[in-house]
Amino acid sequence: MNLALAHETIARWQFGVTTVYHFLFVPLTISLSGLTAGLQTAWIRTGREKYFRATKFWGKLFLINLAMGVVTGIVQEFQFGMNWSRYSRFVGDVFGPPLAMEALVAFFLESTFIGLWIFGWDRLPRRLHCACIWAVSVGTLFSGYFILSANSWMQHPVGYHVGANGRAQLNDIWRVLFQNTALVQAFHTFTAAYLSGGAFMVGIAGYLIMRQRRRPEADRQPVQLGAARTSLRLGLVTLAVSGILVAISGDTLGKVMFEQQPMKMASAEALWETEAPAPFSVFAIGDVNKGHNTVEWQIPGLLSFLAHNNFHDAVPGIKDTAAKEAARYGGQPKDYYPMIPTTYWGFRWMIGFGMFSFLLGLAGLWLTRRRFWLAPEHRRGDDQVPELMLTRKTALNAFLTRWSWRIAASTLFFPLVGNSWGWIFTEMGRQPWVVFGVMRTARAESPNVTVGNQVFSLTVFTLLYAVLAVIEIGLLKKYAQAGIPEEEPPTRDPRLRGPGPDGPGGPDGSGGDSDRPMAFAY
Amino acid sequence: MHLTDFWFLVIAILWIGYFFLEGFDFGVGILVGVVARDDRERRVLINTIGPVWDGNEVWLLTAGGATFAAFPVWYATLFSGFYLALLVILVCLIVRGVAFEFRGKRSGRRWQRNWEHALFVTSLLVAFLWGVAFANIVRGVKIDADEVYVGGFWDLINGYALLGGFTTLFLFTFHGAAFAALKTLGPIRARVRRAALLTGGVTAVLASAFLIWTQVDQGLGATPPGGLGGGWSLAALIIAVVALVSALAFARLQRDGWSFALSGVTVVAAVAMLFLSLYPDVLPSSLDPSWSLTVSNASSANYTLTVMTIVACVMTPVVLAYQAWTYWVFRRRIGVSAIPQ
Repeated sequence: MNLALAHETIARWQFGVTTVYHFLFVPLTISLSGLTAGLQTAWIRTGREKYFRATKFWGKLFLINLAMGVVTGIVQEFQFGMNWSRYSRFVGDVFGPPLAMEALVAFFLESTFIGLWIFGWDRLPRRLHCACIWAVSVGTLFSGYFILSANSWMQHPVGYHVGANGRAQLNDIWRVLFQNTALVQAFHTFTAAYLSGGAFMVGIAGYLIMRQRRRPEADRQPVQLGAARTSLRLGLVTLAVSGILVAISGDTLGKVMFEQQPMKMASAEALWETEAPAPFSVFAIGDVNKGHNTVEWQIPGLLSFLAHNNFHDAVPGIKDTAAKEAARYGGQPKDYYPMIPTTYWGFRWMIGFGMFSFLLGLAGLWLTRRRFWLAPEHRRGDDQVPELMLTRKTALNAFLTRWSWRIAASTLFFPLVGNSWGWIFTEMGRQPWVVFGVMRTARAESPNVTVGNQVFSLTVFTLLYAVLAVIEIGLLKKYAQAGIPEEEPPTRDPRLRGPGPDGPGGPDGSGGDSDRPMAFAY
Repeated sequence: MHLTDFWFLVIAILWIGYFFLEGFDFGVGILVGVVARDDRERRVLINTIGPVWDGNEVWLLTAGGATFAAFPVWYATLFSGFYLALLVILVCLIVRGVAFEFRGKRSGRRWQRNWEHALFVTSLLVAFLWGVAFANIVRGVKIDADEVYVGGFWDLINGYALLGGFTTLFLFTFHGAAFAALKTLGPIRARVRRAALLTGGVTAVLASAFLIWTQVDQGLGATPPGGLGGGWSLAALIIAVVALVSALAFARLQRDGWSFALSGVTVVAAVAMLFLSLYPDVLPSSLDPSWSLTVSNASSANYTLTVMTIVACVMTPVVLAYQAWTYWVFRRRIGVSAIPQ
């Protein structure tokens, strides 16, 4: 292989591997923090134990995810300097500030308050303790927003000029932070994150209920069922609501991209020639070298609608767009083709897995709605195993019931796959640019890092991440299987302890009850 | 004061904050591997830093992000130049972070012992490698006219850098022992105190040697034009050594609070001294002084620095306030009886 090419390829693989892996945890961190906060708030407001148990259960799974998200995020911050030093040098003025703000505004908030939340169960008044998890949740959103505004600048560079020293220099921080690309991308990413969190809850709660159903009546754990059922419904509602928002934001983002990166969208559709009206491609097999599709199923006019909100306007094709870019930036039109099969299928997998999750959410909501699920003559206690009812009279037959629970359990994975493909599509669709129209990926890498070092680090990260994935999945499985904890909610509100030798106001500040076991300990 | 100088100061403060805070949690991580006798004692030690280590680590991320924003050339040259060393540090930080979280998530002796070993080894390696890295930064590395590091991995391994590595390793262990003595109860407290005396003694020798070497090499004749002169770094050196010796004395007197405060002063003064002898360079070139990266040629433009200054001035007090509050909430000492079964 050409050595110069290998250099870029390996650096890109490393970025891809570390980023996709990191982004398995990010959406779950964003959504599970919010959902856990919601459950804890429900517990404080209603005092019902099922909310407390659900908070504890999802909180634990959230923490296992969070740990992985945090540690894999450290690599992300430093690999710009390691593998992409010419990029860092060129864009530091513009790309650095959102990153620094992310650390200062978001990371500190998340990591400080998560410590307070984990260890603060018996140290903080209830409401304050609950506020800590809300702070974490807000922190994850800030964190996501800053990094997405930095990424959006790479997709659509604004608010800068190239200075006399040949480096990009910031003109307008507000445009970098709040341009339409950043706003829409954040909206899309956050809603997709909640889609993932909803599916995570549906999957695990569905599994818990499925397992309870299999047990003989006497062995069933009423404690688990109430909380699992609440979680299932919460997950389903989250799936349905965020599913709609994902579609709206995705449509908006698509329109922005048709305008800003026509090549990305043309290759997402394998639309070789400019067409008016343009059809949406459902399935295509093509030949990149010859520039046409050999097999094609289409929905007429839909692509025009996605791009322009009407069914007849022209959508530029790959060949015309590439010719335009070549005329503007020099070189051959083919230099401007991204990897078309990857973008085409990435786009489809993203939409497909997202839509499927949303539809499962809708179906689940309908199948578990109170009137049917708990139709009066079938209504049993809050803590009994639900049967799936199709009507008031007929239960879903055993085969369908079994499969509906299996599908519920596997819902867990769909949005995660969709997210990964979404990012692969977004980042690869921008090629050959690292900063669209400004800097090519091939010119962004570190000149002094040898291919040997790159291969070594790619191997190290891939192996480490593989090992951690096995451990992480093992732990999640263990805790999911352990089910909703039987733990009783703390009866004593720490706020009620007055000053005195036992309270926080004790004379030596250490309190007289320092030997009391901690509510949570590593 | 130019904004570039101000940002050099900010980054110095971020690193000082990082080493002050994560310094003791590296130290505690090392002590888990050497001082604790049984499972509960190990858990006591881990729990002294449990609620705060994650917040401490963010100081590093902030230092990294601030360097990217304020000194992109420094960021690019440093992290591509120290590629393999940084790789090892990143791997250690990853493994260390999950070790805290995952150790207690399964019972089973082997599982827990493996994570404790991981915690020990990674804390030790990172504590050592930061010293190596900073010694190389202060000493200067092979940077060519294009602001690119042209040395190899082995250029980073030299006597001065190794001494720097052992200095931070022992200094952080001492700092961690002083912290643990302040935060624990019972027999484990007596044991970490002894560890503090022992590592503190070694640190006194190593740190004096390293800082004096730095002062002779960088502080006196070798001050680059525009530098602050050797006086300031000498003052920091003296403060570091005096604080270290006093910290040891207080550790002997069993005054844990004073001992920890002074070990902290040692960390602050020692890191400050490194930055003082670095200024106005940010990464000196050992090939030709005129190729060195300095606060002026490595920095961002004025607008970026202004934006960042506003953000930093607004956010820093808020962050300091809630981090301080965390330490206040978890101010109690922990003994083995506080560890649930």
